Amino acid sequence: MPKKPDLLPGTLDMLILKTLTRGPQHGYGIALSIRHLSQDFLTVEEGSLYPALQRLLVQGWVKAEWKKTETNRRARFYTLTPQGRKQLGLELSEFEQMIAAIGRVLQKA
Amino acid sequence: MDAILRFFRKLWLLIRRERFHDELAEEMAFHREQVEKEFCAEGMSSEAARYAALRQFGNATRIKEQSHEMVGFHLEVILQDFRFAIRQLRKNPGFALTAIFVLALGFCASVSIFAFVDAALLKPLPYPDPTRLVNVTESAALLPIANLSYPDYLDWKKVNTVFSSVDVHTGRGFLLTTPTGAEVVSGASVSDGFFRTLGIPPVLGRDFYSGEDLPNAPQAVILSYAAWQRRFGERSDVIGQAITLDGGANTIVGVLPEDFEFAPQGRAEFWTTYHPSHGCALRRGCHNLQGVARLKDGVSIQAAAAEMRLIASALEKQYPDTNRGQGASVLPLSEVIVGDIRPILLALLGGAGLLLLIASLNVSSLLLVRSESRKREIAVRSALGASFARLVRQFVTDGMLLVVSSGVLGLLLAGWSMQLLTTLIPVNMLARMPYLRGLHLNLHVLIFAGAISLLAAVLFSVTPMVRLRLGELREGLTEGGRGSAGTLWRRFGSNLVVVELAIAMVLLVGAGLLGQSLYRLLHVELGFQPDHLATLDVAVPGSSYSKNEQLVVLHRQILSSVSSLPGVKSVATAMQPPVSGNGNTLWIRFVGRPYDGKHNEVNQRDVSSGYFTTLKARLLRGRYFNETDDASKPGVVIINQALARRYFPGEDPLGKKIGDIDLSTVSIKEIIGIVEDIREGSLDSEIWPAVYFPENQVPDSYFSIIVRTSQDEQSIFPALTAAIRQIDPGIATTNQGTMSERIDDSPSAYLHRSSAWLVGSFAAMALLLGVVGLYGVIAYSVSQRTREIGVRMALGAQRRSVYQLILKEAGSLTALGIVIGLIGSVAAAALMRGLLFGVRSWDAPTLAAVAVVLALFALLASFFPARRAASVDPVEALRAE
Repeated sequence: MPKKPDLLPGTLDMLILKTLTRGPQHGYGIALSIRHLSQDFLTVEEGSLYPALQRLLVQGWVKAEWKKTETNRRARFYTLTPQGRKQLGLELSEFEQMIAAIGRVLQKA
Repeated sequence: MDAILRFFRKLWLLIRRERFHDELAEEMAFHREQVEKEFCAEGMSSEAARYAALRQFGNATRIKEQSHEMVGFHLEVILQDFRFAIRQLRKNPGFALTAIFVLALGFCASVSIFAFVDAALLKPLPYPDPTRLVNVTESAALLPIANLSYPDYLDWKKVNTVFSSVDVHTGRGFLLTTPTGAEVVSGASVSDGFFRTLGIPPVLGRDFYSGEDLPNAPQAVILSYAAWQRRFGERSDVIGQAITLDGGANTIVGVLPEDFEFAPQGRAEFWTTYHPSHGCALRRGCHNLQGVARLKDGVSIQAAAAEMRLIASALEKQYPDTNRGQGASVLPLSEVIVGDIRPILLALLGGAGLLLLIASLNVSSLLLVRSESRKREIAVRSALGASFARLVRQFVTDGMLLVVSSGVLGLLLAGWSMQLLTTLIPVNMLARMPYLRGLHLNLHVLIFAGAISLLAAVLFSVTPMVRLRLGELREGLTEGGRGSAGTLWRRFGSNLVVVELAIAMVLLVGAGLLGQSLYRLLHVELGFQPDHLATLDVAVPGSSYSKNEQLVVLHRQILSSVSSLPGVKSVATAMQPPVSGNGNTLWIRFVGRPYDGKHNEVNQRDVSSGYFTTLKARLLRGRYFNETDDASKPGVVIINQALARRYFPGEDPLGKKIGDIDLSTVSIKEIIGIVEDIREGSLDSEIWPAVYFPENQVPDSYFSIIVRTSQDEQSIFPALTAAIRQIDPGIATTNQGTMSERIDDSPSAYLHRSSAWLVGSFAAMALLLGVVGLYGVIAYSVSQRTREIGVRMALGAQRRSVYQLILKEAGSLTALGIVIGLIGSVAAAALMRGLLFGVRSWDAPTLAAVAVVLALFALLASFFPARRAASVDPVEALRAE
C-alpha cells in the first residue's frame, strides 16, 4: 500500500470546520467526508481527529450532541458554531494567502 | 473573554470527567465499527476486518490521553506526576533520604550565610536616605581613619559647602549613680544635630535643641529604648526626670525608637550632648570624635572628600603644630560600619555556595545512577506511548519534588542555624553589629532560597534528560546493561566526581589556611604571659577625686588592698590592659635633636610600677618603675623596642629625654628602661611604638586593674570587686574578664575563629560528600563491570590485577580532582588573602597536606569496591547473565 501523504500541518482544524459547513456530522462522517472530497488523497488519522475535535470543542468553535444516525445508531454529531464559522473564514484567508505566496515563489524561482 | 469561556468549558469537562471518558470511548467505538463495516463491504472476513480496523485506529489509549490532554488542566497531570514521583521516592527511601538530607544541608548553609550577607551588606542602613550619609574623620599616617578634634570639627562645619549637616559622636562610659551604688554605663556624647543628621527623631520626648551642646547649656540626655525599658520600666514620665551621670545632674529629654541602631556606638544607653568645656575639647591636637554628615543633593562622595582634603590642608598651614599630616577622610557610613566584615562574609558565602554545588552534584550523580536503573521503566513507558515531553515532565516533577522537600527542610534548618549562629556571637561583638540582631527568614532570604531552588530543580531535571537523550530509549528494552549507556554514564558521572573532589579540595585548603591563620593569631607573640591574669576596669568619680594627689593615694590603696587578697600573686593598674587596641596616642619630640614638625605618633600608656612584672614582660635594658617615681621626682618613662628601633637606630635610648611637640618643661621625661614589645593593639595589628608613664606621676580616673593569680583567675572577681567597694562604694567596676577571654573574644580572634570553624565544617561536609560521590562512582562501575571482571579472571587475571584495575580508575579520578582542586585553591586563596594572618595564600605545606588527606580518603572510598571486585567469583559472574 503506498504511503498516503500527511496533512499539511495546521490544516486539520480548517478541514474539519469546512466539512461541518455542510451540516452536522459525527467523527467518522468527518473523516469519511475529507477522504471522499479529496478523492481519497487525504486521510485523517483517528489519532489526530479526536484530540482535534476536543480542542475545537474547548475553543467553542463546534458543539456536540448525541443523535441517531440513519441506521438508528447513537452517535455524537458536531455542529459548527458562529464563532467556528468566523474562525474558518480567518483560517481560509490565511491559508489562501499562504498558498498564493508559495505559488509566487515557485513560479519565480 | 474567550479565555474565561474556555476555562469554564474545561472546568465543566473536568467535573463530568467520567462522562467525558465514556462518551469518547463510545464515539471511538462507533468509528471503529463503521471502519470495520467498510472493510467487510470491501470483501474482508469479519475477523480480518476487525483487526484491520483496530490497526488503522492505532493506540486507543493514547488517543484518549491526547484528547484528555486537550481538554484537561495541566494541574491535574502535574498532580498525577507528583503522586507518581512520591511513590517512586517512597519505594526507594535510601535514595530519597540521602538526596533530601544532602541537599537540605547545602541549602541550610547557603541560606543562613546569605541571611547574614543580606543583613550586613545588602540591607540599607536604617536611616532615611542612607546612601547620603558619610563618615567624616581626619586621617593620619598610622590611621587612615583617625578621629576628629573638636576645634577642627568646628572649622570643617563652618567652611564646608558639601554637607547639609555635619555632626560628631564619641563613645564613653558614664558613672551612673543608682540607689545601690555607682554603676558604669555605656553612653555616647553627640553634637546637637546628630539625630537630625541621621534622620531619626525620638519616639518619646524631644530631640536635642540646636545649641544644646554649647558649653553652658544644661546637660540633657536621651535614652536608648533598651535603657528606657530596662532601667525606667517604660514609664512615660521619665521625660524631665533628673539622673546623675559622672556626679552631674542631667535631665532626660527623650527616648530613641526601639529599632534605632548606630553601630559605631552600638552599646550606648545614654546619649548626651557633647559639652566642649574643658580638656581635650579645647585642644586642636586632641582627637576624640568621629563625624557623620549628610551630603547635599547632587554632591558626590568624591567631591566631598576632595573639598574636605582642601580644608584640612588649609588648616594644616594655619595650625602647623597640631595639624601637620592631618588629612581628611570621607567614606560612606555603610563602609565604615560593615567594611571589615564584608570580606569574611563574602568568603563564607563563597564557601557555602561551593558546598551547595557539591551537594547538588552529588544528588545529580545519584539521580544519574537511578535513571540508569529506571532505564527499563522509561523504555516501557515510552513504548506504551509516553511522548518525550511526557517523560521529561516526569523528570522535572521528580526534580521539583526533591528540591521542594529538601528546600523546606533546608529553610527550617537555616532558620534554626541562624538563631544558633547569632547566639554564638559574643555580646561585645553583637553590640558592634546591631544589624545582625533579629536575623530571620525575611523576604530577601526567601527569594534567594527560591532562586537557588530553581537552579537546583533545573539541574536535577536536566541530568536524567541528558541520559534520556543520549541513551537510545529502545535499548532499555533489550537485555542487559552492557550497552554504550553504561560507559557513557560512567564518563559523565566520573566528570561530576572530579568536580566534586576539586571543590572539596578548594574548601579544605580554605579551611586549612583559615585554621592556620587562627592558630598563628592566637599564638602571636604577646610580649607577656596571658594565663592567670584577671582584669577589671575601674571608674573613679571625678567629683570626689579631682586632684592628682587624691588619685595617687587611691591607686596605692587599691594596689595594697588587692595584693593582700588570697590567691593574688601580684597586681598592677594601667590606663588600659594589653590587647585592647592601639590608640590613645601622643606626639613626641626628642630633646637635643632638630625638629621638623612631623608628628611622631606613639601609644601612651600610664601604668603602675608593678605593671611589667605582673604581666611578666621582659625588660631589655635599664630598670622598671618603682613606687618612688612620683610627682616629687623627675619625670621618667619606659619605651618599647619598636620605639627604640624606630627613633633610636644605632643609639642607646637610655638616659635620652623626650617631650611633647612644644618640649614644654612639664612634658620632658627621661627614658629609664626599654621593654620587649607588649601587644597593646589587636592580635592582627602591627606593634606601634609605645611610651609607658608611671601612674604615680600621671594618674588616671578610669583604669584597669590587672591581677596575676595563683589559682583559677575567674574566681578572683567577687573578692576583687568587694575589695574596691570597701575602699569607696562610689567607685564603679566594669568589664571584668580574664586575659585569655579578652584575647579569645577579641574581634580579630572572633572573626578568624568563626570563619575558620564555618569554612572548616563546610570543608568537612564537602570532603564527606566528595568521597561518598567517588565511592558511588567506583562501586557502580564495579557493579557494571562484574561480567568483564569475571571474564578477566576466568582468563587468568590475578586478584591483584583486579585491585589494580579498580584502584587505577579511582586514582586517576582523584588525581585529576586534586590537580584541578590545586589550581582552584590557589585562585580561591588569592581571593581571600585579606583574611589570612601569618600564612601565605599559596602555602605549600597546607596544599600538600590537603592533597594527602584527600588522596587517603579517596583511597579508602575506592578500597571497598575494589575488594568487592577482586572477590568476584568468575563462575558466578559469567553465569549470572
